[in-house]
Amino acid sequence: MTSGDVERLLIQFQDEEGEVLGSPFDVPLDITPDKLQLVCNALLQKEEPVPLAFFVRGEAEVVSSLGLCVTALGVETEQVLPVVYQPQAVFRVRAVARCTSSLQGHTEAVISTAFSPTGKYLASGSGDTTVRFWDLTTETPHHTARGHTHWVLTIAWSPDGKKLASGCKNSQVCFICTHKHVTIICLLRWVTVLMLNPECRYLVSSSKDCTIRIWDTVLGRSEKILTGHTQSVTCVKWGGDGLLYTSSQDRTVKVWRAKDGVQCRTLQGHAHWVNTLALSTDYILRTGAFEPATATVNAQDVTGSLEELKEKALQRYNKVRGTAPERLVSGSDDFTLFLWNPAEDKKPLARMTGHSALVNEVLFSPDTRLLASASFDKSIKIWDGRTGKYLMSLRGHVAAVYQVAWSADSRLLVSGSSDSTLKVWDIKTGKLNMDLPGHADEVYAVDWSPDGQRVASGGKDKCLRIWRR
Amino acid sequence: MPQNEHIELHRKRHGYRLDHHEKKRKKESREAHERSHKARKMIGLKAKLYHKQRHAEKIQMKKTIKMHEQRKTKQKNDDKTPEGAVPAYLLDREGQSRAKVLSNMIKQKRKEKAGKWEVPLPKVRAQGETEVLKVIKTGKRQKKAWKRMVTKVCFVGDGFTRKPPKYERFIRPMGLRFKKAHVTHPELKATFCLPILGVKKNPSSPLYTTLGVITKGTVIEVNVSELGLVTQGGKVIWGKYAQVTNNPENDGCINAVLLV
Repeated sequence: MTSGDVERLLIQFQDEEGEVLGSPFDVPLDITPDKLQLVCNALLQKEEPVPLAFFVRGEAEVVSSLGLCVTALGVETEQVLPVVYQPQAVFRVRAVARCTSSLQGHTEAVISTAFSPTGKYLASGSGDTTVRFWDLTTETPHHTARGHTHWVLTIAWSPDGKKLASGCKNSQVCFICTHKHVTIICLLRWVTVLMLNPECRYLVSSSKDCTIRIWDTVLGRSEKILTGHTQSVTCVKWGGDGLLYTSSQDRTVKVWRAKDGVQCRTLQGHAHWVNTLALSTDYILRTGAFEPATATVNAQDVTGSLEELKEKALQRYNKVRGTAPERLVSGSDDFTLFLWNPAEDKKPLARMTGHSALVNEVLFSPDTRLLASASFDKSIKIWDGRTGKYLMSLRGHVAAVYQVAWSADSRLLVSGSSDSTLKVWDIKTGKLNMDLPGHADEVYAVDWSPDGQRVASGGKDKCLRIWRR
Repeated sequence: MPQNEHIELHRKRHGYRLDHHEKKRKKESREAHERSHKARKMIGLKAKLYHKQRHAEKIQMKKTIKMHEQRKTKQKNDDKTPEGAVPAYLLDREGQSRAKVLSNMIKQKRKEKAGKWEVPLPKVRAQGETEVLKVIKTGKRQKKAWKRMVTKVCFVGDGFTRKPPKYERFIRPMGLRFKKAHVTHPELKATFCLPILGVKKNPSSPLYTTLGVITKGTVIEVNVSELGLVTQGGKVIWGKYAQVTNNPENDGCINAVLLV
């Protein structure tokens, strides 16, 4: 076979849901992803070319040339080959490399950090019972909110970035609106997780006393109490469809209807405490109307009336969710994860095994394609977000990995661990991108700002560190 | 101060004065004023002594009053929040047993520079040559006595090869060669079986250090990569010193204490 006579192949572009795009194309075997991208963009007829990733038959990614992929898979060249295209994020987040500041101020370990949905503000809760707000442009303390009487275990921003809710070990929930705070008491035991509903009015809190409470933040009182779990509720998530998902130490995950507080379903299957939950639409619900692609160097507040913001948020939500219902992943002490379709079905979609110690946190990537699970066995595993198939393992930490955070373009992952380092991983290659030492003791909380510029990490050494490029 | 009971006798016989109780009451109530007048007007050594005594009295009074007050009201002792804040996901779990190693790299480096070592066993019995080395007689008439055999436990490295038997002066028998030691972390009180990297110093003699003889009090270097310790710079620690605490030739194993 002469060099000019390259084999050709018929391929058919498909999107992730299986819908075909155009008719089968005849392409030479040595075509590269760039050329495929040009062709596909032309077919999609968009104004701006979107970066795309191509997967042969949905499995193997086309990295250098189609030919290599085909030979690796051993596919017949006679038939039409389906090639799935996936739009990647247009913007690219750069890896953080240096610690720009170490913010002192807390007098006890920092246990939770959260960026506001636009990335303009940073709040951190700590064992010294205060919640501190930090100004990110000057990297100095902005405001200290006192009012709790015990360790502040969890903080949650509302999706419009205007309010913050924090829960403490003495079962108090505090709601901070700009600079004034209202304390709403009270549960019987400590508050584990808080989350504000996408419309920013209701707040749901889960607690060790086995109940979940829905609070009305405008009226300042408890609306509903959902009981049903027999042991401490470890995690609660507010879904976009008006459903509430809760996980508990009694090994079950329960699905509730938020409007009337009725329990819809109980998802069973785990063999030990269910530690953590993750929804595929988590990131969208968290950032609301803010679009990471429009982020600028100076983070701005989202402007617009409540109606406009709601519209924008709804659009973004529908785009990411697509036609499939929301997916839920639960990670547990029995070393496995389950992938559920909670709105439809009681049976899990997939059971993901492989960890050799308990799973502490699971997180969907912002584009919902990938899933990362951090575990006490010092590794992070990446799974496919749709099917639950195992993709790769990220090893490098020498002690338990506590928390992970995705960058807004889903290409990078930062993980904080009990060995006092943070590591930035490149998902495409599966390798360590950057090692971030500097903390003097365990790193308890990690967060990547939605505009992709900064990573904040807080730990047992009482200081909060901000990392930038 | 009456010296006898004539006042009581008179009171029994004739009763009190009519205004006695009134006078007594008023005198007692004037006592505070009189005492304060005295305290103000007294001078000199007398005053000093009086004031000292009065101060001690007042302290006692205040203490008793406070004690009485405390008994009346019960207070919940909740002013100070306990230490050791942990995030929510660690609350129901016991703390991980892990060595706290963070300033130790610096401390070790400084100690090494100074050449000073703070060891758990500072003084050990020095072992003489006759104890550690046994004379082996060689030759046709068994008269040549230049070979020695080590009678204590020793460590030889991985790539150790004997010298040609005709020329080797020190024999280290294979039965007494050990590769692993049971190392105890002094703070965690946990013991690990770790491979030995080398013998750093034998207190009895530098000759034993070069031979690799391990006796009680020897400082050895062990491989701690199992423990997962990290320096502040983010590097993984893989070697640490430990001091031997038993007589390995009697026990058949090497027990050591990690030097943190």
